[in-house]
Amino acid sequence: MSVESLEADHKSPPTGDRPLLRVERLRKHFELTKGILFSRTLGHIKAVDDVSFEIRAGETLGLVGESGCGKTTTSRMILNLETPTDGQVLLEDQPIHGLQGAALRAFRAKVQAVFQDPWSSLDPRMTVCRTIAESLIVNAWGDRASIAERVRELLLQVGLRPEQALQYPHEFSGGQRQRVALAAALASRPKLIVLDEPVSSLDVSIRAQMMNLLKDIQAQDNVAYLLVAHDLATVRHMADQTVVMYLGKIVEQAPTAVLFDDVRHPYTKALFSAVLLARPNREEEEIELAGEVPSPLNLPTGCRFHTRCPYVMPHCSQQEPALREVAPGHTVACHLFDGNGSAGFQPAPARSAGS
Amino acid sequence: MNGETILDVRDLHTHFFLRRGVVKAVDGVNLTLRRGEVLGLVGESGCGKSLTALSLMRLLPKSGARTVRGAVLLHGEDILLRTPAAMREIRGRRISMILQDPQTSLNPVFSIGDQLREAFLRRPRARLAEVMKAAVAALRRVDIAAPEQRVGQYPHQMSGGMKQRVVGAIAISGEPEVLIADEPTTALDATIQLQYLKLLKRLQRQNGMAILFITHDFGVVARMCDRVAVMYAGRIVECGPVRQIFEAPAHPYTRALIASVPKMNGAAGRLTTIEGQPPSLMDLPAGCRFAARCVHAEQRCREAYPGTFQVGEEHTADCWRLDPGVSITGCHPERSEGSSGNGVSVRERSLAALGMTSQR
Repeated sequence: MSVESLEADHKSPPTGDRPLLRVERLRKHFELTKGILFSRTLGHIKAVDDVSFEIRAGETLGLVGESGCGKTTTSRMILNLETPTDGQVLLEDQPIHGLQGAALRAFRAKVQAVFQDPWSSLDPRMTVCRTIAESLIVNAWGDRASIAERVRELLLQVGLRPEQALQYPHEFSGGQRQRVALAAALASRPKLIVLDEPVSSLDVSIRAQMMNLLKDIQAQDNVAYLLVAHDLATVRHMADQTVVMYLGKIVEQAPTAVLFDDVRHPYTKALFSAVLLARPNREEEEIELAGEVPSPLNLPTGCRFHTRCPYVMPHCSQQEPALREVAPGHTVACHLFDGNGSAGFQPAPARSAGS
Repeated sequence: MNGETILDVRDLHTHFFLRRGVVKAVDGVNLTLRRGEVLGLVGESGCGKSLTALSLMRLLPKSGARTVRGAVLLHGEDILLRTPAAMREIRGRRISMILQDPQTSLNPVFSIGDQLREAFLRRPRARLAEVMKAAVAALRRVDIAAPEQRVGQYPHQMSGGMKQRVVGAIAISGEPEVLIADEPTTALDATIQLQYLKLLKRLQRQNGMAILFITHDFGVVARMCDRVAVMYAGRIVECGPVRQIFEAPAHPYTRALIASVPKMNGAAGRLTTIEGQPPSLMDLPAGCRFAARCVHAEQRCREAYPGTFQVGEEHTADCWRLDPGVSITGCHPERSEGSSGNGVSVRERSLAALGMTSQR
């Protein structure tokens, strides 16, 4: 945590070749019931359906998608706040679900979270010092003096002044609160921090400060991030790997630089073209998707995206596409890339959904 | 696009009077809106952009906010002087508004149809049968599928994007000349946002209304607006055509703000940031409000607020470094034209002053 390492912009290479976190065929189906005493099941909401990915130490994985795509449910399962219906999450090769007592506490110290809204994630009746120290006190980290010293160190690390420790959350601006939340997450020296839309409630200029801070801290502490976000530009600046989800499934996954260079899945393409570039007069190659995301209660058959896909083919509504590797490290779930001699095939829009 | 001026806001001051002091949330805003144009009002939270909109509609929160100075001229007539009854006739009919959150702008206990009908029934000689038809037609106009069924549904049965379309349908039901859209797509997903922006553009083309589009998102500005006004700590610091604002921003704040937006191209390294925080609106500095965070700040920046200087055609900014000796008032393109000679050379000079070259 020296000044030199602060200035080192590059990341230290991941230690060892075992990934820090492995998510294996994770599913979460919420039961939808009616009635109280004699309740009957109306159906299942497949919030997350067969999702697998890995995060290496010191690396950032970006999880992108629109609301209802299952990115938050996935992150909640990784935080062990939700039990999966099927599949497992392994942290350092240990399954995390079913942990109890001291083992669970040890897990909580290793995996921390920063949530979107810094107004509701901090206790308004606790001083910032108390909020940050809480995980240290729970884990019996040390005596009073050493905890106070650690809080001081954390405040400096996130760019706040140590004398602000005795203030209450209402005395801080949104950006400062998000720094406090980050300091609290960093207190127990976690291996992984789940960042659920960490900058989307912040203003543009404050957002850039926070994103730079997150990168600096990653370089210093070699902490891994799971970045849940809907903003592709944020993911581009933060993440090493990017996973795109649609209705509970991964549709595309690749190293961020590769993905932003070579978007394959029609949904990802639409998502990219919906990003409004901060440059005027650019209306070319805009794909406007018709309609809205279908209800997760009544999922479309076959490919879940076929109802809105501009390149839809007859068998898309019958057969669900599997994730296939189209380039090293780049996987896509789409029949366009099934390998029936159509590799590298550049499809022409079957019907254009524009005005 | 060069239509007549519909709305002319002059030296608008809206302050909150609290026990602790006066919060100068809107403190000298000048802007004009012309027929058929989209003017973007951009700024960070707390800069006063939403309060400007509420002042125009005279819908200020009751907790002590008052417009203390200025004029809002709608076709040359100051609506700040109208009676509350006359103002009710203007709202919805001549100036209309779309708010950020469709969840709170619709009433959850009335059906969509009831809420649309309420807008139509306020028209003179409205007949119920016609109003029912008009409600369905209004929903069709904003691309809602199966409007005959939707008209009987309640807000909770609709998605966020659809609710915002309904809000849009209500807002334009009175064929307003001015539509104020306050962050209408912030609560929507990316693909739905694009749909909604396209819809707004189409509706605007159909009836030629002027839109004051309030947003903090430069992507939305680039997609939607003809001109942009950048607001900081209660004042408009720069105003100009969208291309010029993006390609040659004259005010250091605009420049820093655009630079700090994460990009989809170029190097994905560290982001440019603006250090520090905006000044407290209760205790505004005497000089330029951005001086404390500005890398170019000099002595005179701290001493006096700069005038509004011409940077290019229809492009003005409040910054001492642009001082050519001629000052003009506010974001009024037609008034400023020709008032300071060769605008282009001034613009070139401003770029040189900020240590940057014209990007195109």
